[in-house]
Amino acid sequence: MNRCSMVWLQSGGCGGCTLSLLTAESPDLISWLEGEEIDLAYHPSLSAESDDAARATLQRYTEGSATLDILCLEGAVMTGPNGTGLYHCQSGSRRPMMDVIRELCQQARYVVAIGSCASWGGITSAPGNDTDAVGLQFTGQIEGGLLPGDFLSRAGLPVINIAGCPIHPGWVLDTLAELVAGRLTQNDLDALNRPLLYSGVLAHHACPRNEFYEYKASASAPGQQGCLMEHLGCKATQAHADCNIRLWNGQGSCTRGGYACISCTDPEWEEPGHAFERTPKLAGIPIGLPTDMPKAWFMALSSLSKAATPKRLAHNAQDSRLSIPPAIRLRKRKGRHE
Amino acid sequence: MSSKRIIGPIGRVEGDLEVTLTVEGGQVARAEVNAPLYRGFERILQGRPAEDALVVAPRICGICSVSQSVAAARALASLAGITPPPNGQLAINLVHAAENLADHLTHFYVFFMPDFCDAFYSNADWHDETVRRYAAHRGEHIRHALKIRARLLHIMGQLAGKWPHSLAIRPGGITTPVTTSVQHALRYILRDVREFMETRLFGARLEAIVEATDWVSLNAAMAQHLHPLPDAAWFLRLAEACELEALGRGPDAWLSYGAYPGADGNLFAGGTWQSGYHPLSLAAITEDTAFSKMQGDTPLPPERGKTHPELNKPDAYSWCKAPRYRNQVMETGALARQVVHGTQLAHELVRRAGGNVLSRVVMRLWEMARLALAMESWVNTLEPNAPGLLNTALPSQGSGIGLTEAARGSLGHWLSVSNEQICLYQIVAPTTWNFSPRDHLGQAGALEQALEGLVLPDKDHNRIRLQHIIRSFDPCMACTVH
Repeated sequence: MNRCSMVWLQSGGCGGCTLSLLTAESPDLISWLEGEEIDLAYHPSLSAESDDAARATLQRYTEGSATLDILCLEGAVMTGPNGTGLYHCQSGSRRPMMDVIRELCQQARYVVAIGSCASWGGITSAPGNDTDAVGLQFTGQIEGGLLPGDFLSRAGLPVINIAGCPIHPGWVLDTLAELVAGRLTQNDLDALNRPLLYSGVLAHHACPRNEFYEYKASASAPGQQGCLMEHLGCKATQAHADCNIRLWNGQGSCTRGGYACISCTDPEWEEPGHAFERTPKLAGIPIGLPTDMPKAWFMALSSLSKAATPKRLAHNAQDSRLSIPPAIRLRKRKGRHE
Repeated sequence: MSSKRIIGPIGRVEGDLEVTLTVEGGQVARAEVNAPLYRGFERILQGRPAEDALVVAPRICGICSVSQSVAAARALASLAGITPPPNGQLAINLVHAAENLADHLTHFYVFFMPDFCDAFYSNADWHDETVRRYAAHRGEHIRHALKIRARLLHIMGQLAGKWPHSLAIRPGGITTPVTTSVQHALRYILRDVREFMETRLFGARLEAIVEATDWVSLNAAMAQHLHPLPDAAWFLRLAEACELEALGRGPDAWLSYGAYPGADGNLFAGGTWQSGYHPLSLAAITEDTAFSKMQGDTPLPPERGKTHPELNKPDAYSWCKAPRYRNQVMETGALARQVVHGTQLAHELVRRAGGNVLSRVVMRLWEMARLALAMESWVNTLEPNAPGLLNTALPSQGSGIGLTEAARGSLGHWLSVSNEQICLYQIVAPTTWNFSPRDHLGQAGALEQALEGLVLPDKDHNRIRLQHIIRSFDPCMACTVH
């Protein structure tokens, strides 16, 4: 009877990570909880309890009278105005939510940031906002959020950042299952403490527009079939996530949906310094180069591949559909029809 | 003798909610509804390129993200003076209806039905079966519902890339091409959805549910003889046993902006209903901040709205503003939408007992059937490979309004642009209407009205009946304050 206890909190966010988690289908969330033997002690959108019963449940874990194995936070931590945390108070108790979160972080064996808001601050921390929203252990790219940069939870790990806006349900289920099994170590996290099981590849990998990318056959306007990197702000070649391998809602992904990857798993994605869907360029060359690619190589390859772009790709890149199919070449077979 | 009680957190709603009750003589004398989280989206949007609204606005809300996309795209479309081509509009309708149908499904199974598993009802003869079906994050029927919800949202994978927070919906249409295979994939998804609804939810053909005109024909359509009873029929049984029709009477004034444009106008017509139909007048909408933790006391129309939080404003008790229509409190949602549209069942339910817990839930169920039928016909009308998107440059200045219906009611975006940048962005969301605080005239918001007068014979009784009323509005608190 050693079920793993899990508490899920929400603060400065939209609830979209939970709604995305509920799209898990193989298995569905309820079957998964059962299968992993997780006791979901509290989740604001899913639990039976409200009001004092809900607060009493949290209190047991805060005081340490019950063991908290996994704490998940969805949404940014609201530290404003002026460090008071009063932009989000816990309903019922009217205590700043940041205090409730901090207390539970001290008790949990593992602390997991669900989504980019809880990881770095995310959209809630966008410029122009005065709510001083931060992530659990990061503020944008800078280490240290609600918790200091050197924070380790009771099990000896930093906050695990399952970043994304929203998360893919598979990222959360697989990471939590690794935690339950006691297998996840620092070596399984990238430099920003994201689980490598989803951040170890690029959103570009398995993008169906890859052939267009290879020849720099680019879409010039939304709705066209070409590569979205050169003109339309796509950052899939730099974005750490398996979106085009794991796929969303059956067979989807951002680039499959016809629009740019905005690199929503990265810190500070919400402030790219340019319109999201317009690629910033210097002397005609995109400023954001593909990950691991030296600039000179990229420029040399680009000019070569542009010059070598097959007609089919040049045409389809700026069409609303793949109107020219790949050519069919039949082998010449002597004597067959003779 | 009066006592005050602060109730919160209230679970199984989207986002954070707190209610303060003043109880006198065993009855709620005054209810104050508080949205305790302020995020500041209207300020985040200011100063950004106009087109960035398509990225930022959906992230107001994880449950009605597509509705936010639709409202933002429409606001930009009205700024630019463009309309999506027919194929693009059909695809947008499908994406939008998929979200609204998924939201109704989530509300019914995940948020609302677990109420009846409460220990308060443990002596009822229906309690054990209800627990088996709907126990919070355990019930067998919740599991079935999550499976079909995930399948339904495959429509997003086909037409919107992902859900929530898609960038597919644009002022001029949609970015995803509809191929022949996409059209078939959509047909297969909707076939599964119909099968779930006809076997597990209604026990009846969707067409029969949509044709129900009153309580009797609705009960009859749902095949009360089936065993086990389908979920909607089970709900009707619980609703009678728990007297839900007598619970949570709202202002009985309804608002809908209308939704799902087509060649013959909207599938659901917009307008207001207050003892009769009235066409929509946008000039009648203001947001009041008398009891909101926002600077200013003068009600302002959204196109001149301001968002300056003021933490310690005397008497203010919520971050939520108070939208009013000709200075009146309006209720919005599936019931409001169908009353305004003129759906016979909605009018019959309202004639019996106005807006209440039962009529709100029943019209949500009815709308699920109606939406599924509409989606089937839209899929069949799609033309593979026809253009779905017109690209137009946005003007560098001007203003626009984007109106639509989220699952839980009327959603509007008001924006102004100058030098290609957003200089004003005001969002009035469904739950801003339903869960507003008081206004300068002292009028309580819709939920506040629905709670006032509630008889609280004892502490436990209070707890769950209060929650039925709150959840019957299907609140989205993330949208409410944004």
